[in-house]
This record gives sequence, C-alpha cells and structure tokens, in this order.
Amino acid sequence: MDLFGDPAVWLPWTFAALMGLSILIYVVLDGFDLGVGLLMPLANDDEKDRLVASIGPFWDANETWLVLAVGLLLVAFPPAHGAILTALYLPVFVMLIGLILRGVSFEMRAKAPLSQKAAWNGAFFAGSLLASLSQGFMLGMYIMGLTWTLPHVGFAVLTAVFLTVGYSFIGAAWLIWKTDGDLQQHAVRWAKGGIWGLILGIGAISLATPFVSFRIFEKWFSWPEIGYLSPLPILSMALVGYLWWKLRRLPFVDDRWAWTPFAAATGLFVLAYGGLAYSFYPYVVPEQITIYDAASAPESLMIILVGTLFVLPAIAGYTVLSYFIFRGKATELRYD
Amino acid sequence: MDTLLLSRIQFGANISFHILFPTITIALGWVLLFFKLRFNKTGDQKWMDAYMFWVKIFALSFAMGVVSGITMSFQFGTNWPGFMETVGNVAGPLLAYEIMTAFFLEAVFLGIMLFGASRVKNWVHTLATFLVAFGTTMSTFWIIVLNSWMHTPQGYEVIDGVVHATNWMEIIFNPSMPYRFVHMMLASGLTVAFLIAGISALRMLWGDRGEAVKSTLRFGIITGAVLIPLQILAGDMHGLNTLEYQPAKVAAMEGNWETQSNVPLVLFAVPNQETRSNDFEISIPNGASMILTHKADGVVPGLNDFVGEDGEILHPRVAPVFYAFRIMIGTGVAMLLLSWGGAFLLRRYGAGEMPKLPLLAFTAMSFSGWIATLAGWYTTEIGRQPWLVQGVLTTKDAVSDVPASMVLSTLIGYLAVYAVLIVAYIGVITYLARKATKGEPFSNRRYPRRGEVNIATLQPGE
Repeated sequence: MDLFGDPAVWLPWTFAALMGLSILIYVVLDGFDLGVGLLMPLANDDEKDRLVASIGPFWDANETWLVLAVGLLLVAFPPAHGAILTALYLPVFVMLIGLILRGVSFEMRAKAPLSQKAAWNGAFFAGSLLASLSQGFMLGMYIMGLTWTLPHVGFAVLTAVFLTVGYSFIGAAWLIWKTDGDLQQHAVRWAKGGIWGLILGIGAISLATPFVSFRIFEKWFSWPEIGYLSPLPILSMALVGYLWWKLRRLPFVDDRWAWTPFAAATGLFVLAYGGLAYSFYPYVVPEQITIYDAASAPESLMIILVGTLFVLPAIAGYTVLSYFIFRGKATELRYD
Repeated sequence: MDTLLLSRIQFGANISFHILFPTITIALGWVLLFFKLRFNKTGDQKWMDAYMFWVKIFALSFAMGVVSGITMSFQFGTNWPGFMETVGNVAGPLLAYEIMTAFFLEAVFLGIMLFGASRVKNWVHTLATFLVAFGTTMSTFWIIVLNSWMHTPQGYEVIDGVVHATNWMEIIFNPSMPYRFVHMMLASGLTVAFLIAGISALRMLWGDRGEAVKSTLRFGIITGAVLIPLQILAGDMHGLNTLEYQPAKVAAMEGNWETQSNVPLVLFAVPNQETRSNDFEISIPNGASMILTHKADGVVPGLNDFVGEDGEILHPRVAPVFYAFRIMIGTGVAMLLLSWGGAFLLRRYGAGEMPKLPLLAFTAMSFSGWIATLAGWYTTEIGRQPWLVQGVLTTKDAVSDVPASMVLSTLIGYLAVYAVLIVAYIGVITYLARKATKGEPFSNRRYPRRGEVNIATLQPGE
C-alpha cells in the first residue's frame, strides 16, 4: 500500500482528518440539540414539548459522533488520548454528568408522572448547560495548551460562556427551521439574543490563538499564507452580516428562507473550526505531540481505515434517510 | 485509598451502571421484533399493546445505556491511559468497529423505530426494529471480543513494550470469546424474560386481566424456562474454558488454596487471605473435582500456586470472586426453580388464573437478571486481577497519575447521580405498569397489517 507514499505519513493525516470531521459534525449536530435544551427555560409549557420533539428522533445519533470522535482519538492517537483526557479530567466529568442528565431527562420528562415533569425539564436544561459549558471550557483549555494557570482558566471560562451562547444560537436557528407559528417567532427572538455569543466566541478564539504560540502566529501572518487565508475571516463576517440582516426580517410568508439561519450558523461553525484546525496542525496535543508521534501502528490503522471506507458512506446514507423521514415541521412525538 | 483502588472502584461503578441497560436492550430489541412480527402475522391487537408498552421501557433503557456508555469511552483516557498505550493496536480497531458498525446503526434507526411508525411504511418500521436489535447484538459482539481478548489474548506480538496485532482472526476468535458471547446473550435473554414476567405479574396483581398482559406473562415464563438450562450449560462450558486459560480465577471461585485431587465443592465459607485457608467451610466432598474434571479424584488448581517466590500475590483477592460467583449461581438456581414452577402452573391454570403467590414471586424476581449478570461480571473481571490483559499488562501499570482526591470526588459525583437515576428508572417502570393497568390506551391508531391499506382515523388533538 505505498500508493500514496509512506503509510506512516498519510495514515495519521487521514485519521486526523476523520477525527476532525467527526468533532465538527458533532459540534454542529449536538450543538443544536444542546442549544435547544438551553432554550427550555425561555419556552412555555406547550412549547417545551415541541422543543423536545424537534430533536427527539436525532439527538441519540448526533451524540454518537462524539463517541466516534473520542473513539478515533483513542484508537488512532492513544498517547494523545491519555494526555488530553487526564489534563481535562474534571471538565470531562462535568460534561459526562451533563450528557447523562440530558439524555435521561429526555425520556423521563415524557414517561414519569406529570408531577415530576417540571423537575425533569429542569434536569434537561441543567444537563444541556453543564455539557455546553464544559465543552467550551475544554476548547479554551485546549487552545491554551492544556496547562492549568489562572489566565488560561480565565480564558477557558470565557470560551465556555461563548460556546454555550453559540450553541443556544444554533439551537434557535434549528427551531426557526423546524417550527412554525408563535414558537418560530420566539425562536427568531432567541436567535437575535444569542448571535453575540457566536460573534464574541469566534472573535475571542481568533484573536487569542495566534498569540498562544509564535508557531501559530507565523502560520497566519506571513506572506503568502495571509492571502490564502483571508477568505476565512471575510466569509465569516459576510455570514454574520447575513444573519444579522435576515433575523430582523424573518419569518417570511410561505416559510421561505426559514432554513437559512441554520445553514449560515453551520457555515460559521465550519469556518471557525477550519481556522482552528489550520492553527494546530500537525499537533494533536498543542505544541507537545504531533499526530505523527502519537499515531498507532500503521497495520492497525489500516484495518480501521478499510472498515471506515465501507461503513462511513452507509452511516451517512441512513443518517440522511432519518433526517428525510423526519423532515418538515416538528410535530408531537408519538410512538404509534 | 490510592488512585489505583479508587480508579478501579470508579471504573467498576461506571461499567456496572452501564451494563444494566444493555443487558435489557440487547434481548428486548429482539423481543419487540417478535411482538411486531406476531402482530403483522395475526393482526391481534394484544401484540401491538405489548409492543407499545415495552417499547417505552426499551426507549428509556436505551437512553440510559447510551449516556452511561459515553462515560466508558472517556474512562479509558481519564483513568487508564496505559491501557490504550500498550494494547491500543488491538483494542483500537475492535472499539472502532463497534462504534461504526453498531452504535450508528442502532442510534439512527432507533429514531425511526420509536417515532417513525406513522411516517414510514409498516415494513420499514419492522425493518428499523430489526436493525436496532441487530445493532445491539453487533455491539455486544465487538465489546465481548475485546473483553475476551483481555482474558485470553492471542494473535499479537510485543515490540518495545507495545502490543502489535499479528493475526486478526486469532484475536477476534480468541479462546474464551464464543463462551463469553453466548453466556452474555443468554444472560440478557434471561434478564428480559424475568423482567417481562415480573412486570406482567405485577400488573396482574394490580388487577389487569387484559390479553396483552397474559400473553407477556406467558412469554416471559416460557422464555425464562427455556433459556435457564441453556445458560447453566453455557456457564459450565465457560467455566471449563476458564480452568484451562485462567486457573487462578477458578481457584478463587472454588475457594481452593492447594492444588490437589478430590477437591470438595465449597457451598459456603469465609475465605481468609491472611491464613490462606477457608473459615466456616461447608462443602460437598469431591464436588469441585467432579464439576471441573468430571472425575472424583481430578486435580483442581489451588491459589497457592499463584504466589511469586518473593511472596508477591499473582491471584485475585479471593473473597469478592468467591462470593460473587455464589451469588450468580444462587440467583441462577432461583431462576430455574421459579421459571419451571411457573411453566408448570401455566399448564395447570393458564396465565389468567395464575395464583397470587407465584405472581408475587415473579414480581420479586423482576430484576434478578441484573443481580446474576453483575455477579457474573464481578466474578470474571475481579477474577482476572492483578492482570488487566492476562499475562500482558497489569492493572496498576495502566492507571493514570491523577490525584486520588480527584478520582474520589468524581466517584462520589457519579455514585450520587447513578443512585438517583436507578431509583427514577425503576420508579418510572412501575409507574408505566400502573398506568397500563388502569387501561389507559397507548394508542388509538389502527394499525394496518401487511397488505392492508392504511385507513386514516381521526385522532383527538390532531
């Protein structure tokens, strides 16, 4: 298999790309799930059921992308997996508790006695909040090189808040697409209230990342790289401008353009994520371990890759099928 | 307590909590498919009622399994970084295949199975039910492959302290895998059989005499009665396999200290690791030799063979393995007696006229499958100590160096959350049973059978 050159070079690269893709898909898909959970306290009782219904058939599969991402980190870059997760021991714990609460209360709020429903709604919100905050916190710590100093933690607290508000924004954008009537109008209002989180979050990360290490600074601010990279900030600003403009006008008659805020928000997540990936490549543990140092044996990676090539298209296929079956506006969730 | 012991307790707590729910969903998925197929064939509403009741418990259990399973994938990195660093080349592909072939399949089709009945054709819904059941079984297969490889590793070589795979067929079909897989599948089947029998019995005690509940009671009892002898046979064969590959574990299970012939079967004792003997022993002469070697004077390995020259103990702590094994066997015997007794009463009285006492017994045994499964896992997993991967990697070499206080505080956090959730879970199951007993319909949709046209009926609130 020397078709593409040395497997010890292209296999780690391929797996880093696959892992990066899984994290990106997770952030967008579970981002809107968690965001919808974050909006729960703002909704009235009838709306709460529709909020949950809008993500009901999807959240489980969405969360599986996280398992795949951490699984790929685990299988392709074992030393990095250990280094990152032991450094993030506490925030990982908080995230897991959050995801447990979110997933369980999802079922419980619909099945437990009515008198408990408010409590499970609360747990649903709390779980979504804990998971979002801890993910934002981990993002900040990762950017700062996984060292626990006061300024780093301070930055991580900021990214925790921004990512949480950013998730609530993409959640609101999802609701604009998947609901109608009063709830849709509420969602437009929530999206207007949340867009600043996305802007500040992307801004803060973009400003901070180049100053974390000279290597990253060099990668961005040297000619001709800066020329190639300029579309990234320009496109991001264009998308923010579009959202700003569109949200003031939505909803339109016949529900035209209702899908665009979600698409634009996804675009922003993708651009911001692309920038981060560019900054940190080839490191998987910032400034310490590269993907080439951390990679598993090529034979083992090859075994996984062969399976991936068969399975990933199937996963993509039936995921699309599921979104197609549950297309249109979210209605009441029924088992029958 | 040190980081090693606390990390072991934390992993034990997390995986114990996790396994409760897959143990239910693995078999319940197939049971739901059975209910669905019965309905497709007979058109009898009772099968759809049974499906609609149990699919809720399936959904709840599935969600609990998913979220507690995510914890597991992080535990490797947070608490046991040495595991993947040493055996990642074998464990990695197996875990990757589990995620890719099983997790996505079940997670995506679960949405269609639960909420898609009114949106897709009936056969698509049946297919989705099948794919979810198939996904849970695939997931079981891969994780059992990895677990079995950790007990009976083969098909690898060690280069510079890191395990490299040499033969994937040998890794996947390692010596204990077939026994462990069958044992676990049957354990799941029995757990679900007793859960269904128990909850159905509870509903009958509350006065439910519907056709659906009678059918599920019958289904639970008969399934339990058929599976339990198979499980005893599978367990015995698994034990003989363990004797061959992990004699120290069998010695601890039997509470046998010296390698010798004519070893008695210890029914009860208090193993004393200080004096290296059993206190208060009650035993049947030659019993263990008979069971393990099928000869009264057969030689059974003893724990004293697994002490290093320098006194280092290379066998597991005896008491937990010894007791866990007896709890599993005891629960299995109770299952055998109750399900066969129940089957006899079914023939005599029929499900509708089942006397109160056996109904109470079945209700009490609703979660007996959990007890047996956990006890069995404790036997085999503690029985592997001090090894994490038998003969390759010790548990203490794999643990992370996070401070003990951090492991302890997160452990307390997990336990608190798990305690609340387990109470809520059992509470909701009984609440759903209560609601079903009151006769609140789960559905007033009319289900088309195969070949029939779906006639839309008006529904309140639609």
